[in-house]
Amino acid sequence: MNPLGALLVRDMRLSIRVGGGALMGVLFFLVVVTLVPFAVGPDLALLKKIGPAILWLAALLASLLALDRLFATDHEDGSLDLLLMSRTPLELVVAVKGVAHWLTTGLPLIVAAPLIGLLLNLDPLAEGTLALTLLVGTPALTFIGLIGAAIAVALRRGGLLLAIIVLPLTVPVLIFGVAAANAAIVGPVPFGTPFTILCALTLASLVIGPFAAAAALRQEME
Amino acid sequence: MTLTELANPSRFLAFANRALPWLGGMTVIAFAFGLDMAMNAPNDYQQGATVKIMYLHVPSAWLGMLGWALMSVAALGTLVWRHPLADVAAKAAAPIGAAFTLLCLVTGSLWGRPEWGTYWVWDARLTSELVLFLLYLGVIALWRTVEDPSRAARAAAILTLVGAIDLPIIKFSVDWWNTLHQGSSVFRLGGSTIYPTILIPLLVMALAFTLLFATLHLAAMRNEILRRRVRTFRLMQASAAS
Repeated sequence: MNPLGALLVRDMRLSIRVGGGALMGVLFFLVVVTLVPFAVGPDLALLKKIGPAILWLAALLASLLALDRLFATDHEDGSLDLLLMSRTPLELVVAVKGVAHWLTTGLPLIVAAPLIGLLLNLDPLAEGTLALTLLVGTPALTFIGLIGAAIAVALRRGGLLLAIIVLPLTVPVLIFGVAAANAAIVGPVPFGTPFTILCALTLASLVIGPFAAAAALRQEME
Repeated sequence: MTLTELANPSRFLAFANRALPWLGGMTVIAFAFGLDMAMNAPNDYQQGATVKIMYLHVPSAWLGMLGWALMSVAALGTLVWRHPLADVAAKAAAPIGAAFTLLCLVTGSLWGRPEWGTYWVWDARLTSELVLFLLYLGVIALWRTVEDPSRAARAAAILTLVGAIDLPIIKFSVDWWNTLHQGSSVFRLGGSTIYPTILIPLLVMALAFTLLFATLHLAAMRNEILRRRVRTFRLMQASAAS
C-alpha cells in the first residue's frame, strides 16, 4: 500500500476506534441543534426559517471538535516527527490527514443533517439543498481548520486558541453556505450565485490549507 | 542605513532613540494642522457637523489595514529572511493595528447612528472590518500563549499571512456587494469624488495618523527589544542561581 493510503486508513481507524470519532461528532451536532429550540422557543415557523443557519452553525462547531487533537496526538507520540522526515511531501501528508478528518467528522454530519433537519421543520427540498451545501462547504471548514491545528500543535491550551483563530477565517464559508441554502429555499437570489462562490471557497482552502499547515508544522518542529 | 545594519538590536535601539523625538514632534505638528483644518472644514450640506467624524474614521480604517499589511511583510521577513527584527516589528504592530481597527469600528458606528439610523448593520464592509479586528485579537492571543518568542513569531507569521486574505476583501467589499457603507470615494479610477475643501484636511489627518502609527510602532518595537533583554537576563539569573 502506498504511504498516503496507509496514512488515510491509519487516521480513520484511530479516529473511529479511539474516542468515538464519527458518533461523537454527530451526537454533538444533535445536542447543539436540540438546544436552539429551548433558546428561541418551539415556534415551528421560526425554526423553519432559521433552520439552515442553525444546522450550518452546528456543523461549524462540530467540525472543530476533534481538530485540536489532529496533529497534537501525533506530536505527543512522536509519529509527527516520522511524518516530517518521511520522503512523502508534508503538504500531501497534511492534506490526507485533512481528508481523513473530514471523512470521519464532516461526512457523518451530512448524513445526519436531513434527519436532524426534521426537528427544525425543514421540508424535503430544504433538506436536500442543505445537505448539498454542507457536502460542498464542510471540506473548506476542515482545511481551514488544519491551519489552526498546525499552529496550535504544541500548545498547552491549544483547543481554545484554535477556536479563536480558526472561527474568524471560516466566516465567508458560513455566509455563503447559509446564503446558498436560503437562496434555494426562499430566494430571491438564484441558487447558483452563492453556491459557486461556496465551491470557490472550498477549492481555494483545499490549496491554501495544506500548504499553510505544512509550513506551520515545519516551523514548529524545528 | 539598510535593513541589515538595523538587524543589530543595539544599533536599532540607538536609531529608535534618535528618531523617536523627531517622529513624535512631527506627529504633534501634523495633528495640530490636521485638527485645525478639520475643525474649519465646511460641513456637509446633508450631514451637517457629523461629517467631521470622517476625519477620525477614514484614517483609522486605513491604519488598521496598514497595520496588518505591515505585519504581513514582517511575517515574510520572519519566514523567508529570518530577519531578527521582523518578529519584533510584527509583534509590536498587532496591538496598535487592533486599536486603530477598534477606533474605526467605534467611530463608524457613532457616525452610522445619526446618518443610517443604526449603530451596526451586517453589510460586507462592516463585517469584514469586524473580522479583521477578530483576527488581530487572535494573533495577539497567539503571541501571548506561546512562551518562546521565536516560536511564537513563526506561528503568528503563518496566521498573519493567511489572514491577509481579508485585506482585499475589506478594500473591495463595497464594489463586490451592495453595501449600506458608501463606495470608494478617495482612491478610485477617475479621481476622488470628494471636494478639495474636505479632501485636503482628510489627507492631512491621514498623514498625522500615519506618523502617530510610526511613532507608536517604533516605541513599541524598542520596548519589545528591552522586554526580551529583561527576559534573557532573568533566565540567565535563574540558571545561575540553580
